[in-house]
Amino acid sequence: MDLEDSPEEARFRKSVRAFLDANATRRDESAEPARYYEVDEAKLGLARAWQRKKAAAGFAGIRWPKQWGGQGLSSIHEVIYQQEEARYAVPKGVFDIGLGMCIPTLLAYADDAHLERYTKPALWGDEIWCQMFSEPNAGSDLAGLTTRAVRDGADWILDGQKTWTSGAQFSDFGIVLARTDFGAPKHKGLTMFFIDMKAPGVEVRPIHQMSGASHFNEVFLSGVRVPDAQRLGEVSDGWRVAVTTLMNERLAVGEEARPDIEDIHAFLTQSDGGKAPPMAEQAVRFRFADWYVASKGVEAFRNRGLTKLSRGEMPGPELSVARIVNAEKLQQMSRYAVEMMGAGGLLLDRDNPQANNPFQLALLAAPGARIAGGTSEILRNIIAERVLGLPADTRADKDVPFREIARGAGKSPRKGETV
Amino acid sequence: MNLEFSEEARAIGDQARRFLEKRDCRERARAALSGEAEPDVELWREMVAFGWIGSFIPEEYGGNGAGYEALCVIAEEIGRSLAPVPFASNILAGEIILRSGTQEQKSYWLPKIASGEMIGTLALHEAPGRISADAITLRYENGRLTGRKCPVPDGAQADFAVVVARDPDGSIVPVLAFFDETVTRTRQPTIDDSRAQAELHFDGTPGERLGSGGSGAWAELVAALDRAAVILAFEEVGGAQACLDLAVEYAKTRHAFGRPIGANQAIKHKLANVYVAVELARSNAMMGALGLLSEQGDLAVAAATARVSAIQAFIMASSESIQTHGGIGFTWEADTNLFYRRANALALGLGTESYWKERLVSGLEQRHLA
Ligand SMILES: Cc1cc2nc3c(=O)[nH]c(=O)nc-3n(C[C@H](O)[C@H](O)[C@H](O)COP(=O)(O)OP(=O)(O)OC[C@H]3O[C@@H](n4cnc5c(N)ncnc54)[C@H](O)[C@@H]3O)c2cc1C
Repeated sequence: MDLEDSPEEARFRKSVRAFLDANATRRDESAEPARYYEVDEAKLGLARAWQRKKAAAGFAGIRWPKQWGGQGLSSIHEVIYQQEEARYAVPKGVFDIGLGMCIPTLLAYADDAHLERYTKPALWGDEIWCQMFSEPNAGSDLAGLTTRAVRDGADWILDGQKTWTSGAQFSDFGIVLARTDFGAPKHKGLTMFFIDMKAPGVEVRPIHQMSGASHFNEVFLSGVRVPDAQRLGEVSDGWRVAVTTLMNERLAVGEEARPDIEDIHAFLTQSDGGKAPPMAEQAVRFRFADWYVASKGVEAFRNRGLTKLSRGEMPGPELSVARIVNAEKLQQMSRYAVEMMGAGGLLLDRDNPQANNPFQLALLAAPGARIAGGTSEILRNIIAERVLGLPADTRADKDVPFREIARGAGKSPRKGETV
Repeated sequence: MNLEFSEEARAIGDQARRFLEKRDCRERARAALSGEAEPDVELWREMVAFGWIGSFIPEEYGGNGAGYEALCVIAEEIGRSLAPVPFASNILAGEIILRSGTQEQKSYWLPKIASGEMIGTLALHEAPGRISADAITLRYENGRLTGRKCPVPDGAQADFAVVVARDPDGSIVPVLAFFDETVTRTRQPTIDDSRAQAELHFDGTPGERLGSGGSGAWAELVAALDRAAVILAFEEVGGAQACLDLAVEYAKTRHAFGRPIGANQAIKHKLANVYVAVELARSNAMMGALGLLSEQGDLAVAAATARVSAIQAFIMASSESIQTHGGIGFTWEADTNLFYRRANALALGLGTESYWKERLVSGLEQRHLA
């Protein structure tokens, strides 16, 4: 056990620092929080430019094979990069899904020709990917999805509706989970594909979310023709492929969103016009200490997971821990920060929302963090069942042919419509 | 960077676990609870003989120099097994002497701890309240100690103590003293009688100032508490893990309404939350251990983080383990009773959660000033 870098790791860290110093602003000198709550064209441009810089300098795809444009380095290098980057204000949130989930799924299941074609543009920020799993009636119960893929010669024809698809509005490609066999039990009749988001029959409609932004979308698929070569994994083996994606998701989404523990520390210790800072009060110190302990615990826990990964062990479902803790902490911290502002916490500065209202914005965005990537309830189930070995929930629909399963109704994000 | 214990340390942990299982420590703890609490000195000496305890003491002072990694895994096993041994007392005394003692004092006292020949302890607490220099009133004058300390871990059985006292100038001085006939020692009943605590009255007890003097004695003491806190955090993590294991096992086998109780989400989610708390505590403790290993000063924040996390995890795990067991968990005979008591006792013995939260936040303040 040690925190020391090996000489080689120390060299790597040095090069990361040099790169960041030359190309990014330290976060304590920047007004811009790293995770954008709203991505518009301008932010998208910044994110692409940053991704390109990283790729050019050899800091993108750190753990990916060299053959596909990655660096072929270990998870420890990934940790080192993340540790260093965390001190700078850099754009985030645009490529996470593509690079964290979609491309890793391709790396596991796509053929060489496709990897040759898709990995590099994704790494360089030229192409953006999205993940189309959830549907109006299949979220937690993902395997209950009804988007249909029917074989037609060398192609498949996709019909159905996806929803909550983050980033679909600016994505070039996406992975889609669809049902190819309605007669099989629900987990057994699924198949994974990737599609061109510009293909005929793909229609993306942004959803206005409670935070005010429109990050996620409905995606309507109407007779979308997909070559069989864009199938990932075997026919009817899509569930297993999806599990690979979600496993990568848990690793990718564990990072603490901003405002993070340092942001709240800065906020609580800053004194305003000669008044004592909130941190002068005992109650505030104790609340802060709880979050600090949770934050550092998650960070060390993730790094332990990555240590395992670097030894060739697969990180297990225990990575759900990071997601559960960080989402709840984000909601609590942002609530507490606005509470410290008194009635002033009500106000939003519309002219410069990113800079001046990080806690207000986080307050309104945090509920989504507890749902995205699997709800906290589902993640607790996963820990209870797969880590602790407790009995699985009763599943009324197990082993029943999918077409015979009863399905309830969902709600449409647009008033007056049902799904 | 490598955030897992070394092969060697893990092997020592396995060995300790098997040994402590064979010695049936939970029965010993239960017996101590029902009778008079006596630290199990015989079991302690056996553990010392394996070289497990002296691992933090350098070879020149009779230890084996195996290092803190080994001590951390041993602490975890002690926590898991509930061994009623004089652990915290010896670690505290050892740490303080190691950090503050003169060459001579280290050569004289540390081998006694490392060999198990004597039991040392720290006499710190006086009146109820958070640990602070202001609370120290016991006097040290003309080489003699006068005053009261309570509670002192293993105080009735220990052979000597580092006694935190005040000299006529008002400065804090740690003093090394044998327990001779001038010390009146009375065992005190506590919320966890499987670990002994005592009230001590010093009446002109001869003692020798620890270290070479100077004004930094309190700061050195507090720094030694930081180090001990990391080790105790591992003891708490071990206890918390044992509580979780007990609860999970019971949830799989106990049936109600025609199925295992662990099939209900109220139980599953409760135990998932315990798992989260235990893993965070373990991770924080490991960062604390890295701080111990690297010997790079500022351990305050990492130690406080480890300790707060461990207190929270053990209290939660032991409470929820009782809840998962239902009525049987609330009986005297149940292991959950032992763990719940131990969790609460450990949470109070070496600075409470609020002491460590304050230490954490003020540690960050100092870091930001630096
Ligand atoms: C910000 C955001 C971004 C997202 N991005 C994407 C994306 O890019 N791609 C994508 O495919 N999806 C995305 N999602 C969708 C997300 O994965 C789903 O919303 C989520 O899995 C929950 O599904 P649901 O909304 O259908 O809720 P439901 O499944 O209907 O759940 C409703 C409630 O019931 C609870 N519940 C359901 N089943 C159980 C059970 N077995 N035990 C206990 N409680 C249960 C849930 O915890 C929840 O509280 C995103 C969601 C959000 C909020």
